[in-house]
Amino acid sequence: MRYLVLLRGNQPAEQPPAELMDAIMKLGEEATQAGAMLDNAGLAPSAMGARVELSGGSLDIVDGPFTESKEYISYALYQVKSKEEAVEWARRFMHLHQEHWPAWEGESLVLKVFGPEDFAPPA
Amino acid sequence: MSADVHRSIEALWRIESGRLIAGLARVTGDVGAAEELAQDALVVALEQWPRTGVPPNPAGWLMTTAKNRAVDLARRRRTYQRKIVAVGRDLESRQHDGESGIDDALDDHIGDDLLRLIFTACHPILSMESRVALTLRCLGGLSTTQIARAFLIPEQTAAQRIVRAKRTLLRNEVAFELPTRAEMDDRLAAVMEVVYLVFNEGYTATAGESWMRPELCEEALRLARILAALVPDRPEAHGFAALLEFQASRIPARTTPSGEPILLPDQDRRLWDRLLIRRGLDSLARAERLASAPTRAGAPPAALGPYCLQAAIAACHATAVRAEDTDWQRIAALYDVLRHVWSTPVVELNRAVAVARAYGPEKGLAIVDGLVADGALGGYAQLAAVRGDLLEQLERWNEAAAAFTQAAAETRNGREREVFLDRAARLT
Repeated sequence: MRYLVLLRGNQPAEQPPAELMDAIMKLGEEATQAGAMLDNAGLAPSAMGARVELSGGSLDIVDGPFTESKEYISYALYQVKSKEEAVEWARRFMHLHQEHWPAWEGESLVLKVFGPEDFAPPA
Repeated sequence: MSADVHRSIEALWRIESGRLIAGLARVTGDVGAAEELAQDALVVALEQWPRTGVPPNPAGWLMTTAKNRAVDLARRRRTYQRKIVAVGRDLESRQHDGESGIDDALDDHIGDDLLRLIFTACHPILSMESRVALTLRCLGGLSTTQIARAFLIPEQTAAQRIVRAKRTLLRNEVAFELPTRAEMDDRLAAVMEVVYLVFNEGYTATAGESWMRPELCEEALRLARILAALVPDRPEAHGFAALLEFQASRIPARTTPSGEPILLPDQDRRLWDRLLIRRGLDSLARAERLASAPTRAGAPPAALGPYCLQAAIAACHATAVRAEDTDWQRIAALYDVLRHVWSTPVVELNRAVAVARAYGPEKGLAIVDGLVADGALGGYAQLAAVRGDLLEQLERWNEAAAAFTQAAAETRNGREREVFLDRAARLT
């Protein structure tokens, strides 16, 4: 089964510490080599993006930034055997932030990607 | 609460067990003992953590616990090789430096240790069944129950295979080592053979009610990715990973909702997993880059191996938006190369299909008739079925009907028999 882990938080004013970025690279490498991480990337600030909204029957295109919500900072896609396994990878990822940048606040959303296992015929 | 902890421990086990066993095997020199020590640590965790909570560094905790047991074991077993006792002492002294010292000592070697573990679990001295069971147990983190369920065998049988494997390794004093340079290609091929067997058992199940068991494919794909990461300079390992990525990308399209097989030309290609196709293309590109890189001492670049070539063929299918867009000439050319590095009658039969698609049925039929004359595929239903198909395209109706009737008599699959009989009936 697949899980999408979305990191969301305040867009920091300053660069994250280099040690954090190194540790994230190392964890990403580890998760990739373990055959668990399929894909990951950092996301640019919403100022560089846009939103296409459907509201009241009309389509609106709104350019970023979106100050009212937290910024999406990165995503990672995992292939795992259970939710707990995805949570464990996300926990390790957040633990690196805790260790190297305790002042920063954010969250990792662990979202299940629908897969064949969700549509299996009842046993 | 305690059920949650159990699930968390299971998840941790899935992530850590391979490295745990690999590290312990280096210390004890015995994969069997290492696996048992790791299991012991898991049992302690399952007992303690629901009461005490999960420790802050659970992976380190498991390793330390297992290591302490290794030290005890080294102390107790006087007859053990001196080397192990020495390592035990070394560990004891390290323990004064605290947990991190041990972890660092282990981390230094972890990649090599995992690779040693893979090569040992897939050692040619073991029976194929034992290799599969030991690999899934040590590297997949699967329990005996899970292995038994995956292969539809009694749990006792799965347990016996693992016990026998450990005993064989010990009795033959198989060292926990990497193969020598001279052995490397053969040993790597042996590992891939084991992983491919696991994949194929999932892809086209030989037993049971379902035609596919995707969880076995997933497990094999994970092992193939791990292997490619451990031997990053080996083109075949990347080609192998690419082949499995491509094949797995078709899993969502390979069956009807009720579980009947859908063959490649009839699949809804929109259901193919784009991400796996992309990963397959990346791995294949990497393999081709490595294979074409100039080698030391001016030797000619290594030829693409059989897995790379099969992956290249799979890539042709993966990148054809519609079945009729398939580049059959390229596929036929790739089969022509493949038969020189991996000459089997089944490859030749597949080549016949590709040649027929690319250059017309009579060209394909010539290859098929060669195979019939050769006799190597006697009794193989697909040979007669392909022959029937080509004869039908050539409008040689009676011969085609006879070929399908023969295919129906030869197949062991009931659904397939119906299809062949039906085609024979429509021709007469």
